[in-house]
Amino acid sequence: MSATILIIALAYAQVALALAGVLLGLRILWGPRAQDRVLALDALYVAIMLLLLVTGMRLGTAFFFEAATVIAIMGFVTSVALAKFLSRGEVIE
Amino acid sequence: MTALADVPLALAIPIAALVVLGSTLTLIGATGVLRLQSFYDRLHAPTLATSWGTGAIIIASALLFTFIDGRAVVHEFVIGAFIVLTTPVTLMMLGRAALERDRAEGGKAMPEMPEPDPSPDHGPDRGPDRGPNHGRSET
Repeated sequence: MSATILIIALAYAQVALALAGVLLGLRILWGPRAQDRVLALDALYVAIMLLLLVTGMRLGTAFFFEAATVIAIMGFVTSVALAKFLSRGEVIE
Repeated sequence: MTALADVPLALAIPIAALVVLGSTLTLIGATGVLRLQSFYDRLHAPTLATSWGTGAIIIASALLFTFIDGRAVVHEFVIGAFIVLTTPVTLMMLGRAALERDRAEGGKAMPEMPEPDPSPDHGPDRGPDRGPNHGRSET
């Protein structure tokens, strides 16, 4: 009974997070400007990180946690670098 | 699957509710990023995913792995603290960069900026994708 509840909830979460990734990917494709794409990329990092966490919960392993941590850190560094590039035209001044 | 079958029902229901809450909030945030009209409206939508979307899912993950491993597993909260600390920094830098770019281009898409010409169709909710400089300013 509890396994059924957990499997249904985790499958719903996987579908919802994958759909969120698809919607953010559409915003990356459509733009219309560079800051929209950077914003959607930042949100896409968060959605994929949550999808990895949910997948690790469903499989019962802790191996996906390291990947989620790395994706969170890389998402922050990428978004800050792109925001600095958009505002100044150079990343390292 | 065998690890999930051992979870008692009193723990499975909060975990399932938290996972459903977090993924639904993330989906709503992604829908907002896709559907809202202006960039300055879209800037608020991913915070649904980074506040309680992330929070609910990492609490559920910590509860589940605490039961499976038989000890207190709190390393998910490292991700939570990192996301909570870095999201305002990222969004403020991105919003400021967009503001500088819009000011440099004449400010047709900025919210509540005094317009030099009082034409009625230049509302504050007019998206930058429908501005008159569409196609020229795409970078």
